[in-house]
Amino acid sequence: MVLVLALGDLHVPHRAADLPPKFKSMLVPGKIQHIICTGNLCIKEIHDYLKTICPDLHIVRGEFDEDARYPESKTLTIGQFKLGLCHGHQVIPWGDLDSLAMLQRQLDVDILVTGHTHQFTAYKHEGGVVINPGSATGAYSSINQDVNPSFVLMDIDGLRVTIYVYELIDGEVKVDKIEFKKTSTTNPAP
Amino acid sequence: MRTFAGVEDEDKWLAEGIAGIQHNAFFMHRALDANNLREVLKYSVLMLSELRTSKLSPQKYYDLYMRAFDQLRQLEIFFKDESRHGLPVVDLYELVQHAGNILPRTYLLCTVGSVYIKSKQAPSKDVLKDLVEMCRGVQHPIRGLFLRSYLAQVSRDKLPEIGSDYEGDANTVMDAVEFVLQNFTEMNKLWVRVQQQGPGTVREKQEKERNELRDLVGKNLHVLGQIEGVDLEMYKETVLPRVVEQVVNCKDELAQYYLMECIIQVFPDEYHLQTLDTLLTACTQLMPTVDTKIVLTQLMDRLSNYAASSPDVLHEFLQVEAFAKLSNAIGKVIETQLEMPIVGAMTLFVSLLTFTLRVHPDRLDYVDQVLGACVVKLSSVPKLEDARAMKQVVALLSAPLEKYNDIVTALTLSNYPRVMDHLDDGTNKVMAMLIIQSIMKNDSCISTADKVEVLFELIKGLIKDLDGTNTEELDEEDFQEEQNSVARLIHMLDNEEPEEMLKIICVVRKHLMTGGPRRLPFTVPPLVFSALRLVRQLESQDGDIAGEDVPATPRAVFQILNQTIEVLSSVPCPELALRLYLQCAEAASDCDLEPVAYELFTQAFILYEEEIADSKEQVTAIHLIVGTLQRINVFGVENRDTLTHKATGYSARLLKKPDQCRAVYACSHLFWVDDLDGIKDGERALLCLRRALRIANAAQQMANATRGNSGPVTLFVEILNKYIYFFEKGNPHITPSDIQSLVELINNEMQSDNGNTTIHSDPFFTSTLRYIRFQKQKGGLMGEKYDPIKL
Repeated sequence: MVLVLALGDLHVPHRAADLPPKFKSMLVPGKIQHIICTGNLCIKEIHDYLKTICPDLHIVRGEFDEDARYPESKTLTIGQFKLGLCHGHQVIPWGDLDSLAMLQRQLDVDILVTGHTHQFTAYKHEGGVVINPGSATGAYSSINQDVNPSFVLMDIDGLRVTIYVYELIDGEVKVDKIEFKKTSTTNPAP
Repeated sequence: MRTFAGVEDEDKWLAEGIAGIQHNAFFMHRALDANNLREVLKYSVLMLSELRTSKLSPQKYYDLYMRAFDQLRQLEIFFKDESRHGLPVVDLYELVQHAGNILPRTYLLCTVGSVYIKSKQAPSKDVLKDLVEMCRGVQHPIRGLFLRSYLAQVSRDKLPEIGSDYEGDANTVMDAVEFVLQNFTEMNKLWVRVQQQGPGTVREKQEKERNELRDLVGKNLHVLGQIEGVDLEMYKETVLPRVVEQVVNCKDELAQYYLMECIIQVFPDEYHLQTLDTLLTACTQLMPTVDTKIVLTQLMDRLSNYAASSPDVLHEFLQVEAFAKLSNAIGKVIETQLEMPIVGAMTLFVSLLTFTLRVHPDRLDYVDQVLGACVVKLSSVPKLEDARAMKQVVALLSAPLEKYNDIVTALTLSNYPRVMDHLDDGTNKVMAMLIIQSIMKNDSCISTADKVEVLFELIKGLIKDLDGTNTEELDEEDFQEEQNSVARLIHMLDNEEPEEMLKIICVVRKHLMTGGPRRLPFTVPPLVFSALRLVRQLESQDGDIAGEDVPATPRAVFQILNQTIEVLSSVPCPELALRLYLQCAEAASDCDLEPVAYELFTQAFILYEEEIADSKEQVTAIHLIVGTLQRINVFGVENRDTLTHKATGYSARLLKKPDQCRAVYACSHLFWVDDLDGIKDGERALLCLRRALRIANAAQQMANATRGNSGPVTLFVEILNKYIYFFEKGNPHITPSDIQSLVELINNEMQSDNGNTTIHSDPFFTSTLRYIRFQKQKGGLMGEKYDPIKL
């Protein structure tokens, strides 16, 4: 069982002061093996904070990120799954699932994680799964009028991944669960 | 007069004294065994004569004294047993007074007196009175102190307290008190005189020696505190006034300091509360060198703890007007002690404030009063430079923050900003950061423009360069931390009423604009997004709200936004400004404000054309422009055409061919929006794709020319995917054969590697083909669509 935290679009301090306290108390160091972050943190303080939760931090560049050295996209293998990471402002139309499916095919990954829309989605299509963990702080978005703070926790176990989405709605944390199964194993990276 | 000799000499004398005591004690014991009273008395006198030495320091004298003390216990047992010596105690009492020297005589008298009282043949009070008078005969400070200490020790359990065996008549408690008070008074006088011997150069040593003796004097106060029957009334009328009288009159710095502390520690807090006037008056009458502020601080600390012990106690504080009295006393002390350094005064104010916050937290007027007194004192010094004093002022300002957990309460204290004004610039910023941290920690929300104004005045050290500071000197990381804190703070300013929120935004903007180019990139974005949130709120409500200065309409907010983002050109940071313009443009579109949206797009385009030169930045900027424009539906045909034309133009002129290709095919989406009433211009969309294809071809040729082999087919596969996208959406201008020929083109490209016979596979192409197959075998309309395509 491998726990992967997926979150992004925090937009601290441009659009939000900090993560919601209820989220902060849930994100305890040492429990999570990997963090994948869709970008738009935006400052180093948040980067450092995420590293305290888990030192294996993968992050891609959002258009408001202070650090311009984050890559535009990234792929990594966790267990039997290949994951792709990209902020999503590069994929036009923004939030369009077919266009994201194209990116997924291009990166050749089972799970594609993107952000930018501040809207949680988990979408299964022919080529795999597209996940958007939303905005962890519920930051303002020009794309989405009604943003609730949210993040995703993936439990990767063999050929199965269970996706837990945590959303803060009216002050309460609500959890939902989706499961996906791969049909074939990935060739291990050379 | 004791001369101060070397330690070795003292050790020698002590040894001699001890030997003397032991020698005479030996014979005394022999006499005790023989019940020979005469011999007992003779040797006890000789033994006690060792205590007549004036050569020893207090520590060493104590050593000697204790040995004698032990022997006197044995003696007392002998005296008590009349059967052994045959004399009634009255006669014994008479007999010992014939001893030659006064010191041994008085020790013996006290010892017999103890027995006398126990026999109850005379009232305790009479014997004690006699004894305490007799001790007057020994005026040598150290000898007298130990003698009286002996008297105190043997009399302790024989005081005529209420409930004791020796209880007397109605005045019994008074008698006990009187005895102890007298002993105390005389002991203090002796103690004070210890200092006056010896040359000035060894004053330090004298102080040390005096301190060694102080508990002998202080013990009397402990006893007073424990006497049964001493109630508040007696304490107030008799005990405290007499003690204080001695303290003040002795005019000795060491004694005054120690005894005031003693009083505060020994007697109960309820008593202190009821005798505040006496105590505080005494404080003002002490010698100027006494550190009164420590005394006052201790008193206030004790009273604070007392207040915290139970809520019922609070009304006592109000009844005795504790705050007013303490406040006045402190004021007086600061006024009269002119040499008191500023840090001392500040420490006192901190103690008083701590007291006030613990005892009267709801009395903000008291808190403000303390701050006000502090301001007055700070104004009397030209410039505050002492670091320790500064620290105290920071503690003073932090206390209300910690207590109230709500910055708004601290903001109502009128003297708070005035105190802050007296800090130097560096400390001012430290304090400002503490204020912000307090707000963040408590999740406070500041919701009126007035309070925001006060708050930003308080933190002005962070907002702008104060006179005399130079931002160049600041550490980069510290500066960023400061500005990010200010940025976060902006999100804590909120009001549900749009009118008030707009006022808040205007106040914040006014302050932020004074920040200068270094600060604006940090502070402008949160202000912009705060305003955009307001716009969204206004849009969701019906009707306009007429405000006083600025009516709260989206249009008005966009004006402010435009002017705000404009200021970023002075920094300059065009990339940030472009992003903010685009955010605002989309918001304006949501509000149906076409001219505003167009204007904002114009500003963004101008920035792109004139300011953004870095090619990587250009690529990102293009994607943001195209992505935003694609979503906007407010524009009429002409405006839209102008903007899309510009966007596609920029795309085609990016530096690197792959970037060009990708940007151009992204532009295809400008002509096809998947909404119900979105534009669906299939022809122009296809034109973009064809243009992208030409660019991809050119890129391949360039790769051939420069590297000798064809580059990766990625671009072609991407374009193929786009063809598929529009094909599926129903663009009539894209036919299955278009897709078919693209697939073949890619196959050819992959195989046409000069000299390379291996057919390399491209995973992207493979998965695209897989997708096509998947759609084909789906059946239904989609399957039909794909049917003509043969793979």
